[in-house]
Amino acid sequence: MSGWLEVITQGVLGALSIAMMFSLHRLIRGPSLTDRVVALDLFSLQTAAVIAVYALWVGQPELVDVALVLAVIGSMGTLVIARYLYSAKRRRS
Amino acid sequence: MREVLTAALLISGALLMLLAGLGLFRMPDMFLRLHAAAKASSLGVGLLMGAAAVGLGDVSVVARAVLAVAFVFVMTPVAALLIAQAAFRAGLPLWERTHQNDLEEHHPRGGPYEPRLGPDGED
Repeated sequence: MSGWLEVITQGVLGALSIAMMFSLHRLIRGPSLTDRVVALDLFSLQTAAVIAVYALWVGQPELVDVALVLAVIGSMGTLVIARYLYSAKRRRS
Repeated sequence: MREVLTAALLISGALLMLLAGLGLFRMPDMFLRLHAAAKASSLGVGLLMGAAAVGLGDVSVVARAVLAVAFVFVMTPVAALLIAQAAFRAGLPLWERTHQNDLEEHHPRGGPYEPRLGPDGED
């Protein structure tokens, strides 16, 4: 990997860490539970993106597997929590 | 040539992920936050996975990146729809400057969602 591309990769990792700070703020301070669930979903996607960019940086193709699994599992958790909230609301009414 | 394409994918993907995080941080309402977070982040992850696939240039990496992008593009809209539905039914308040709410009669401002039940008890 040439020098300028490595600099761009490090800048991308910095931008992703700033975006993770934003979603972490929403995860901690979110006024409702659904805000926190959305923030957690976005956080897992951002973690998958960080792992993919890191795999590109260090030249390890095996790390892309981790990003693949994380991208699949994160949205799955959001889906399950949404179904739980939906059915919990229905049962009470 | 391949490095230029990798750099372009990296920069556009990082800008989209930053936009998604900023939208989640700044938007005034849960539904607007969801709108910002769900769409921009899926495209951003797709671009960054594409950057990893192009930059590493291996067939197995390309296959895994395509699989991950397909899963993200299928799962993220479904998850966003379901979480928005659950939040709307729980009666989350809309932003006060939201000027179109097609379910206004079922969802008075800030109040809980009250479905009109049909003859079989379903709304």
